[in-house]
Amino acid sequence: MSGQVADDVRFVVKADYLTTLSSLKAEGFEMCVDLTAVDYLTHPGRNISPEILGQITLERFELVVNLLSLSQRRRVRLRIQIAESGAVIDSAFDLYPGTEAMEREVFDMFGIRFDGHPDLTRILMPEDWQGHPLRKDYSQGAIPVQFKGAAS
Amino acid sequence: MTATENLTNSSSEETAVITAANTSEGRQELQLRENISTKEILRGSGAVLRMSESEVAALAGIQSDDQTMIINMGPQHPSTHGVLRLMLELSGETVLRCKPIIGYLHTGMEKTGESLTFMQGGTNVTRMDYASPLNNELVFAMTTEKLLGIDQDIPERAVWIRMLLSELNRISSHLLFLATNGMDIGAVSMMLYGFREREEVLRFFQKVTGLRMNHNFIRPGGVAADLPAGWRDEVMNLLESLPTRLAEYEILMTGQPIWRERLQGVGVITRDEAIALSATGPILRSTGLSWDLRRDMPYLRYDKVEFDVIVGSYGDAFDRYSIRLNEIRESMRIVQQVLDAMPQGDYRIQDKKVTPPPRGRIDESMEALIHHFKIFTEGFRVPEGEAYVAIESPRGEIACYIASDGSPTPYRMHVRAPSFVNIQTMPLMMRGGLVADAVAVISSVDPVLGEVDR
Repeated sequence: MSGQVADDVRFVVKADYLTTLSSLKAEGFEMCVDLTAVDYLTHPGRNISPEILGQITLERFELVVNLLSLSQRRRVRLRIQIAESGAVIDSAFDLYPGTEAMEREVFDMFGIRFDGHPDLTRILMPEDWQGHPLRKDYSQGAIPVQFKGAAS
Repeated sequence: MTATENLTNSSSEETAVITAANTSEGRQELQLRENISTKEILRGSGAVLRMSESEVAALAGIQSDDQTMIINMGPQHPSTHGVLRLMLELSGETVLRCKPIIGYLHTGMEKTGESLTFMQGGTNVTRMDYASPLNNELVFAMTTEKLLGIDQDIPERAVWIRMLLSELNRISSHLLFLATNGMDIGAVSMMLYGFREREEVLRFFQKVTGLRMNHNFIRPGGVAADLPAGWRDEVMNLLESLPTRLAEYEILMTGQPIWRERLQGVGVITRDEAIALSATGPILRSTGLSWDLRRDMPYLRYDKVEFDVIVGSYGDAFDRYSIRLNEIRESMRIVQQVLDAMPQGDYRIQDKKVTPPPRGRIDESMEALIHHFKIFTEGFRVPEGEAYVAIESPRGEIACYIASDGSPTPYRMHVRAPSFVNIQTMPLMMRGGLVADAVAVISSVDPVLGEVDR
């Protein structure tokens, strides 16, 4: 239906994340249109071709960054593996200020921290919320409702 | 320890500590200048990348003093379009800093989406941007189809029905914008007119889908039902009545000095700032950049219809108003062409995997009954993989990212909500303006909070 060509997906090692972003920005990808994450806790295999598997190690969290080039009408998707222990990655804020709210959302929902983010606080959940809802080990339903300041 | 256990333990401790009612959002709120980093102050000015060193130094040096105060606007405020809360630092009536605080409408829809089948997913996503539900359904259906590998096989009629509904939804959404924008600025009669015209479009949706909003009509594989008899006349009536109404709006607002005074030069954003802040839709177009996914990365059959992409030149609230007003006209042009081109044929794909058998077959065939039952209870399986599909919603780029693990429910379903991203432009647009202009800025960003908070 969409006449678009196959998606341009690139796997990037966490250490190269910012350098890849800045070289892509220089290449003409002006806008970081979307930034999200996936928790692959219960689906670690995720159907990745063997040649890519040779280059990267799969981890629990995957950061998915979609860049858009307005001048070349092109998209590129970066997938970055983030290990469960000490889930930290550099913030893309200095390159793409528009990622500010998106990184806060990923932090809120997955507990992935972004180094160098100006204001890494929860954005959708209340400040005193426990846990990160979109993690796969955060059970859905049967969660006691937390009313703020309720006298129980 | 699992998250749930962790939760119960700590909440019992906390209730002992907290006694008084407390509505604080803690560190999410706008902080005093001395408590935050220079970088965050710069973020508020929206100019992280584009300021000279001396300007940065000057801005960082500003300290809070007795002359400024921090006030709350919202979450319950008639002009904040739902439950948006803004904290403003004011010096007199001038806005120095602004921070939107969101999440009051958060219901975990992305988490809910992980337990609904691809068949049921539409009922979930349609409730995100409740002012343009059909575009949400469309992007979800298109992403699912891409994962299934059937995105090229959707019947022509289904594609054109989707285009018809998507454009009519753009019209109804923009009419709602005109209504609420008028109300925010003080043209209350515009609110009544806008809602009146929108209702006429919604009445057509009710005829086609059964519901005024939250239709769940566009589904993976096509649409839920064929267009009802007499649909063409209904659309023609709409197309006939709207131009005179739009001309009335022009008289009521566009040429009116008070209206121009309130909007021109208010909430200005430059092209570089809009791109840096990932703003899309009318906000990006108001800066003069001609970017519309319908034309630049065509989906459905937008490459087969003729329409203009409306752009502004000043990046102010007035440009965003007139862009939306004129996009109604362009959408009507597209709808007219859809009427002429609407092909005959199936309205959903004849692929037994995703399409349930027709009602009549169920009475005759046991297999059809079982098949029907399986599709609606278990759902259909979608191959492993990930897909990202973006379309142009009335508010900008709405996209869906689905990761599938081969089961009938998405492993992860993320919606790139244009309002959520566009809200980031507010602090920049409001900076240096008056409180009254802040209302105009909120309105011109046109956020739908259901989509912001999801």
